[in-house]
Amino acid sequence: MSFEDWMALNQLYSDYAIAVDSGRWDSWPEFFIEDCSYRLQPRENYDRGFPLATLSFESKGMLKDRVYGIQETLFHDPYYQRHVVGTPVIRKLEAGRIHAEANYAVFRTKLSGLSTVYNVGRTIDEVVRTEAGFKFASRLVIYDSEMIPNSIIYPI
Amino acid sequence: MNAPHLETPPIPLSSLRWERGTSRIPFAAYNDPELHKRELQRFFYDKHWCYVGLEAEIPKPGDFKRTNVGERSVLLVRAMDSAIHVVENACAHRGVAFCRERHGNRDAFVCPYHQWNYALDGRLRGVPMRHGVKRDGVVQGGMPADFKLADHGLTKLKVAVRGGVVFASFDHQVESFEDFLGPDILRYFDRLFDGRKLHVLGYNRQRIPGNWKLMQENIKDPYHPGLLHTWFVVFGLWRADNQSQMVMDAKGRHAAMISTRGNAGTVSEVSRVSSFKQTMNLHDPRFLDIVPEPWWNGPTAVMTTLFPSVILQQQVNSVSTRQIIPDGHGHFDFVWTHFGFEDDTPEMTQRRLRQANLFGPAGFVSADDGEVIEFSQETFEAKPGHRTLVELGGDEVANTDHMVTETLIRGMYRYWREVMES
Repeated sequence: MSFEDWMALNQLYSDYAIAVDSGRWDSWPEFFIEDCSYRLQPRENYDRGFPLATLSFESKGMLKDRVYGIQETLFHDPYYQRHVVGTPVIRKLEAGRIHAEANYAVFRTKLSGLSTVYNVGRTIDEVVRTEAGFKFASRLVIYDSEMIPNSIIYPI
Repeated sequence: MNAPHLETPPIPLSSLRWERGTSRIPFAAYNDPELHKRELQRFFYDKHWCYVGLEAEIPKPGDFKRTNVGERSVLLVRAMDSAIHVVENACAHRGVAFCRERHGNRDAFVCPYHQWNYALDGRLRGVPMRHGVKRDGVVQGGMPADFKLADHGLTKLKVAVRGGVVFASFDHQVESFEDFLGPDILRYFDRLFDGRKLHVLGYNRQRIPGNWKLMQENIKDPYHPGLLHTWFVVFGLWRADNQSQMVMDAKGRHAAMISTRGNAGTVSEVSRVSSFKQTMNLHDPRFLDIVPEPWWNGPTAVMTTLFPSVILQQQVNSVSTRQIIPDGHGHFDFVWTHFGFEDDTPEMTQRRLRQANLFGPAGFVSADDGEVIEFSQETFEAKPGHRTLVELGGDEVANTDHMVTETLIRGMYRYWREVMES
């Protein structure tokens, strides 16, 4: 992998974290290609081979539908989230496709509330080169957190 | 070790002020630790069947799953002869909740503290140093001469299995599971669990900071889905002008909310609510790729509340059990087990998984149920002298052929008062 690609990959991970923490939800689907996969899955299901995910989206359109849900249809307590993402580790390099993983922790801060550990785990990713730079073809977000503290509204 | 339960001492329920039957529920019913202990005793540990899991979760001899009945840890086990047992996860010696894995396969249970060894059905098989230890020809220590292994097994629960679903009760005098449900609710139970083998698709787990009864009430409340849940009203999945029935057992403790989809997209009385989005279109309509199944026999949604421990979900092609595990008066864990049937095609499995996006702790129509429960509990804690108001449809308790009613919640509290005040 070239130095430029390594820099671009790290930039992608950082930009994604900043985007999903910013509240600008419309920017989230733009990190993915059209024919993409985003799955938020408990580690329990992943380790045991159960297919159920807490969220399972199979297209950029589904991500846009989620954004609409966050903005218009899901009633929820507003909160800030803050991602801390580790340096990606490269698992495999193919022509135009990078298989990578990274650890993450998300903290949640509700209005007038303390900051708490919200969700922790790792992402298992496939990143592809497009004309607009690196994009996610697949993001499998596997969380260790055994209990979701009530609900998850925003993208992890 | 099936000793009679020690009854919690009666506490004055007179401090709870009821008005107009059970249509005004005192906030104090949700925020009193002593009342909560009494609820655990009377609803979860005595005279009731509680959900513990699916047979499909323990398919092979030796398979076990750790779960809860009320706040007690229990093990759902398939013994070597394939019989299903439920035993309390508490060593007869020092009470250690010895099993820490949530699932696995074993040929025996051994408590790590002093290696007491139990068969999968809970019988005590052996105790180290039972006959003492010999030193210099003298036997030292050991259990008393009258110590019998047979007296010190794990606490065994009574077990009922129907349609692949397992229920358990600490109360061995409990009525049959079929009598417990009553004929009207049993019919809807058997509609979903009709004998086909189930296969587990996976779990979702969330901790909701509210009283456990609020989740039962949420699924006995047909008023909110077409108002809180935009997806339900816009796509006609659940709205007040759908054909529907509200059905209870004779005691009012269990209920089924039955509804048939219609009117998607049309404007009417029920769509003049702020949550209705006339222009809402999905970018990817596969979320709602609904294919009717023969076993539905009409209704597109049947939500069944079995008091106190579980909700059975059929919402179009998505089916799940939702287990309620209380943790004190102010919190509960909510465990979703999504499943399918042995004769599902791969396409149907995919459809069930896709529609699961609507449900669970992040679901398009379920995430906000936990939120509103949390916000109700906040007020209950702050204002214990006040009460809720559940008077939609009057103050009586009766089955209805529409959903513009809160009768099921009133029915549950009529039953709650009978049991708690006796």
